Amino acid sequence: MASENYEAASNRAEGVAQFGESRRGALAKLQHALHVNPALVPLFVLLVSIAVFGLLLGSRFFSPFAMTLILQQVQIVGIVAAAQSLVILTAGIDLSVGAIAVISSVIMGQFTFRYGVPVEVSVACGLLVGTAIGALNGFLVARMKLPPFIVTLGMWQIVLAANFLYSQNETIRSQAIEAEAPLLQFLGTTFKIGADADGRGGATFTYGVIAMVLIVVVLAYALRQTAWGRHVYAVGDDPEAAQLSGVNVNRTIISVYALTGFICAIAGWALIGRIGSVSPTSGQLLNIESITAVVIGGISLFGGRGSIAGTFFGALIVGVFTLGLRLAGADAQWTYLLIGVLIIAAVAVDQWIRKVSA
Amino acid sequence: MTQSSTPILQARGLVKRYGRVTALDQCDFDLHAGEIVAVIGDNGAGKSSLIKAMSGAVVPDEGEILLEGKPVRFNTPTDARAEGIETVYQTLAMSPALSIADNMFMGRELRKPGWRGSVLRQLDRARMEQISRDKLSELGLMTIQNINQAVETLSGGQRQGVAVARAAAFGSKVIILDEPTAALGVKESRRVLELILDVRSRGIPIVLISHNMPHVFEVADRIHVHRLGKRLCVIDPKDYTMSDAVAFMTGAKDAPLAA
Ligand SMILES: Nc1ncnc2c1ncn2[C@@H]1O[C@H](COP(=O)(O)OP(=O)(O)O)[C@@H](O)[C@H]1O
Ligand SMILES: [Mg+2]
Repeated sequence: MASENYEAASNRAEGVAQFGESRRGALAKLQHALHVNPALVPLFVLLVSIAVFGLLLGSRFFSPFAMTLILQQVQIVGIVAAAQSLVILTAGIDLSVGAIAVISSVIMGQFTFRYGVPVEVSVACGLLVGTAIGALNGFLVARMKLPPFIVTLGMWQIVLAANFLYSQNETIRSQAIEAEAPLLQFLGTTFKIGADADGRGGATFTYGVIAMVLIVVVLAYALRQTAWGRHVYAVGDDPEAAQLSGVNVNRTIISVYALTGFICAIAGWALIGRIGSVSPTSGQLLNIESITAVVIGGISLFGGRGSIAGTFFGALIVGVFTLGLRLAGADAQWTYLLIGVLIIAAVAVDQWIRKVSA
Repeated sequence: MTQSSTPILQARGLVKRYGRVTALDQCDFDLHAGEIVAVIGDNGAGKSSLIKAMSGAVVPDEGEILLEGKPVRFNTPTDARAEGIETVYQTLAMSPALSIADNMFMGRELRKPGWRGSVLRQLDRARMEQISRDKLSELGLMTIQNINQAVETLSGGQRQGVAVARAAAFGSKVIILDEPTAALGVKESRRVLELILDVRSRGIPIVLISHNMPHVFEVADRIHVHRLGKRLCVIDPKDYTMSDAVAFMTGAKDAPLAA
């Protein structure tokens, strides 16, 4: 009978689904654990690398001073990488993060010194411009449906050029800032815990380090505990499905890029604290370094998978390798070589974890 | 069959073009209170386009949609959901990496009571998980061990079950299902069909798209035959055989005059 053939054919074509059985080996269990919590891999790598360098270098490396020095050295990249994570979770990429950070710092400096704007207002203006550039990226990606790579590649060039034109390639010197607008260096303020009588050694923190940790904690909360965070993952996972489930995909994407711009502007502010001066040529490597931290941190470049904690660990891993190898007297190229290995290994692990669904 | 006065959901003269393809060509549709209408038609006939227009997933180029007699305009699926129309799309529309509970409440998350919800915007995970668990048990889908497991770790049948449970949990006026049994085995299909009948017994009308003639003839009160982007005819399953229905939808046989 025609109808029965028709039905049989359509059934066969779709395939018959079955409930999965729960037979699992140890490897599959590990795969499942990583699938649920992808930050475990970078955490493991971080702890192992700290242990290895600690054994090799002893107290030169394994001291509160050296450990907190790593935090100081990764603070800018850590902040930018946290922002980059948001974009990459939506299956995008932001190549303009470094440029946004730099132009924001230049605006904070130039508004204060060229126009005599109160420094608090200048900082606010810098944060605002960073947010606006991010929002424009988001608008072009969400509304104009342009690929994130292209949009932010273009924005990187535009913002960097605007930065040089506007600042006239001028650096605002550290002494001038210290004397007239110390708020610009606020995030570079250091404080020590457990230093000796002469103020040497001990754990050394800056407000920039605190800012990095706060940003990571707040973003981790927002991604896990709020509807917005769930929407970020859903959009990165499958934008069409998210739209059909009632998520405002465009608004989510624009909010992510705008927030990324805002956080990059904070990184720009921290950059002034770190280097002391306002320099239009600073922060050139931030985009590639932030993407490195994100990838080593186990966030999938395909979107929708990974956690901000992973990125934080990723940034710290880079910091541990950099300082550890330097203290060990190795050529700096070894750092790049090992980071390269880690990037490729991290992506391979990501591919493996994704197979859990099969 | 005598019909109550105003249909719950109506479409009049819907047109939807994708470039040069006309997916809907002056299409009409009626769904009355308490009934199951099956929509059948060849692949590419425009069935999914029709239900997407009624669920807000696509905005038709022409024509209007009436809910309980009043014209409505859905620009997004959220608009239709706010009116109590829930849809299980052919693609299921779930985020594979997110949990079952996350997916059930996507786009309508519950927040904690008090300042943690209003100021910190914190999700009420416990309540969402509880409701999800209850809905899945109602469906007999508790072979799923963990409400927090990612949807991609479920089998095809389980995923379909979650999608149907989501629609059944939130649909208050109309539930639309686009080929809900296509990927299912015999036992799982049965469960979904029982659920459909169960939902109807609660008084909620259903639109069911299906290729499976025995399923259609088992549960449908009326069958809307869709051909070349429009309604060819509406038949009563008691008056026709399955091969008649297939003949109408493939054009092998002319449609009966009285629709
Ligand atoms: N998003 C789209 N873009 C372009 N063409 C589409 C799109 N959606 C559907 N179509 C076309 O519209 C016609 C009807 O499709 P559809 O409504 O999915 O039919 P059915 O569900 O009956 O198989 C088909 O020719 C299909 O190729
Ligand atoms: Mg279809």
